[in-house]
Amino acid sequence: MYTQALDTQGLDSAAPEVPADEALLERRFQAKVDAEQKIEPKDWMPARYRSTLIRQISQHAHSEIVGMLPEGNWITRAPTLLRKAILIAKVQDEGGHGAYLYSAAETLGVSRDALIDQLLSGAAKYSSIFNYPTPTWADVGAIGWLVDGAAIMNQIPLCRCSYGPYARAMVRVCREESFHQRQGYDIMMRLAQGQPAQKRMAQQALDRWWWPALMMFGPPDADSTHGAQSQRWKIKRFSNDELRQKFVDFTVPQARFLDLAVPDPQLRWNEAEQRHEFGAIDWTEFNEVLKGHGPCNAERLAARRAAQAEGAWVREAATAYAEKQWATSSGKT
Amino acid sequence: MENQHHWPLYEVFIRARGGLDHKHVGSLHATDARMAIEHARDLYTRRQEGVSIWVVPSVDIVASDPGESAALFEPARDKIYRHPTFYEIPDEVKTL
Repeated sequence: MYTQALDTQGLDSAAPEVPADEALLERRFQAKVDAEQKIEPKDWMPARYRSTLIRQISQHAHSEIVGMLPEGNWITRAPTLLRKAILIAKVQDEGGHGAYLYSAAETLGVSRDALIDQLLSGAAKYSSIFNYPTPTWADVGAIGWLVDGAAIMNQIPLCRCSYGPYARAMVRVCREESFHQRQGYDIMMRLAQGQPAQKRMAQQALDRWWWPALMMFGPPDADSTHGAQSQRWKIKRFSNDELRQKFVDFTVPQARFLDLAVPDPQLRWNEAEQRHEFGAIDWTEFNEVLKGHGPCNAERLAARRAAQAEGAWVREAATAYAEKQWATSSGKT
Repeated sequence: MENQHHWPLYEVFIRARGGLDHKHVGSLHATDARMAIEHARDLYTRRQEGVSIWVVPSVDIVASDPGESAALFEPARDKIYRHPTFYEIPDEVKTL
């Protein structure tokens, strides 16, 4: 059992392990987590730890998949061939991130089909940020810079999450994410240093994405329902508000370099606390978008459902081909 | 919702460059081994992460039981004489 973490005396543990009750198993589990050891798929874990992870990892996977849509909107209209190639690579990465994460969720005993069904039926949530539209090319820049920037801030601590498969998937994701943020900032730089109309376009994109990006860190700590338990389980390492503050502190100087204005009249540097103070977030908007009333919720789900339906014949053909091959090779024709 | 496929799960192993072992990188679904290789190439080697791919049906992997890890691995704990550092050799004895 979990003696690596607990039985430091070691050698006298030859006595057979008696089936322990739930409380004992849970204490051992927590001791293992406290000792910074990873939990792996076949290890005992509390049912709520499992369900919390399934919820979080699948929402994360859905977000990656739906996240392909706002940017995919610009692939055919990217301003140059190089920008188009970069955008295709980025969108392909997002699909890959979804695939890594679905795999991690599957190690917890849930099937990928079931998770995808939950997304398509509207039962599952995904990041509210992807329910905003991308009316101009500058939005592609702002998404890379701000949305991927906020995602990195959230995801880096997840590389040390107590659940091994999730942590390993996040290491892979984070390695690729930095390119996403930098290509976004590169788009913003080019626009901000361009013609007045281009700079205006960049400013408007920042205006559109700033607040939704801050909302990506989730509700304030005081209202966060899962925060404390997730921190105890070391699924989460920092609170929503801590990460949000860090994001603001990192991003404001980047906006200044672009000579763009962060759309927050209350934003100011607090010298004593060495941090930025910022205005109140409109959580009513956040909750409305989360409930399905954002500008693009219906459009995003419709696009996913159409992709699933239109790809059905490919999956059927692949299955039929594999079955035929299998029948031929095992001489059952 | 249609019950899509239940395509089998494959574990993917990548050799980063010649001379290194294949290392487990993750898993994916595919109808057969050939599709698994093609998907693994798209999913796990977009940035020159490998020069060779192995895929193995996940159901064919036999794993040790974490519940038996004490019985399996603890007997090695008190056999520190298996390590070279167990033996104290005087400084004047060289190349040992």
